[in-house]
Amino acid sequence: MTTVLMCRRSLIAAGGSFLATGLPGLLSLARAEGLAPTPSMSGGANNYRKGAPIVDRIGKGGFWMSGTVRRSGDGAPLAGQRIQIWAHTTEGQEHELQSHGATLTDKNGGFRLEMPQIVPVFGQPHGHLAYDSGEFHTVFLRPVMRSAKDKSLEAHFILQPV
Amino acid sequence: MRVARATLIWAALVAAICAPIAFAAASPLHAWRGSVYIIAGFAGIFALALVLLQPLLIGGYLPGLPGYRGRRAHHWIGVVLAVAVAIHVGGLWISSPPDMIDALLFSSPTPFSTWGVIAMWAIFAVTILAALRRKVGLSPSTWRLAHMVLAVIIVVGGVVHSLLIEGTMETMSKAALCALTLAAAIKVMIDRRVWRRRATSRGGNLSKG
Repeated sequence: MTTVLMCRRSLIAAGGSFLATGLPGLLSLARAEGLAPTPSMSGGANNYRKGAPIVDRIGKGGFWMSGTVRRSGDGAPLAGQRIQIWAHTTEGQEHELQSHGATLTDKNGGFRLEMPQIVPVFGQPHGHLAYDSGEFHTVFLRPVMRSAKDKSLEAHFILQPV
Repeated sequence: MRVARATLIWAALVAAICAPIAFAAASPLHAWRGSVYIIAGFAGIFALALVLLQPLLIGGYLPGLPGYRGRRAHHWIGVVLAVAVAIHVGGLWISSPPDMIDALLFSSPTPFSTWGVIAMWAIFAVTILAALRRKVGLSPSTWRLAHMVLAVIIVVGGVVHSLLIEGTMETMSKAALCALTLAAAIKVMIDRRVWRRRATSRGGNLSKG
């Protein structure tokens, strides 16, 4: 609240969250005004390797991992954020180096990285994503595919400034 | 006639156990798994098959293994079951330690882990109890009640655990094995009227006694 640099949007968001704190009855209004940060999912950090390189594609590709990265509160898209992705795929197990890669978000906060087909492991076809660059709180996600035959998977981050 | 009936029962049992194992062996997922993970997976399927065998043996339903012989087999298969589960869990731990640790700490994102881990502890508990019950002077009725409760946990936990997993097992053969396992457990409990307090330690038929 002491920050001088404050755009109109974040002012509204701050006002909204203040109202929410003061008046729990207006919680629904606050939700519309201020986006809550995405919590890490349980098991999300499993087989994480710090500092996977930014790549054009993981392995031979054929599967798309995509999503968005936004700021908590005002929901502003965050460009240039590094998102790390890994999974058990047709080309390697989760912990193996070749199964890990990272990409950066575009100006709209979107990211999209081609990777090998994810296959079920430990009972579920799932991927892992991490935001771990330090500017915002670290978040680990573990989205599950609806079907093991899916050719894509999405995960969305709402990050909270540190 | 008796021979035909015996052959039929054994053939059905072999099919119920071998079909899911054969379908699992044909799973394309093995191509992308390490050998330890594959062994761990099969140990789990094998354990489920043993959970089907256990009530059939103790109930004396299997031709050629009535009464004492069935009970002896039940004891030894109980030991093999505990070993199979240890291989299953140990192999999964080696394959992906964080996933196995999450499961054992009940903090896994996958609901089937909880069922499996609870069934695992019940299997270990019943094995230890069976080994020590004479030494610690457990009364037959207490033992019977404890075994009964643990058996229910093992069967329900094991079946739900298997059904919820998306893995190498083929859906229909897995469902059939699970249904038979449940049915066998329910049948032996009804036949032996396990809810009765007074019971024979040797497992005699109460309806006749």
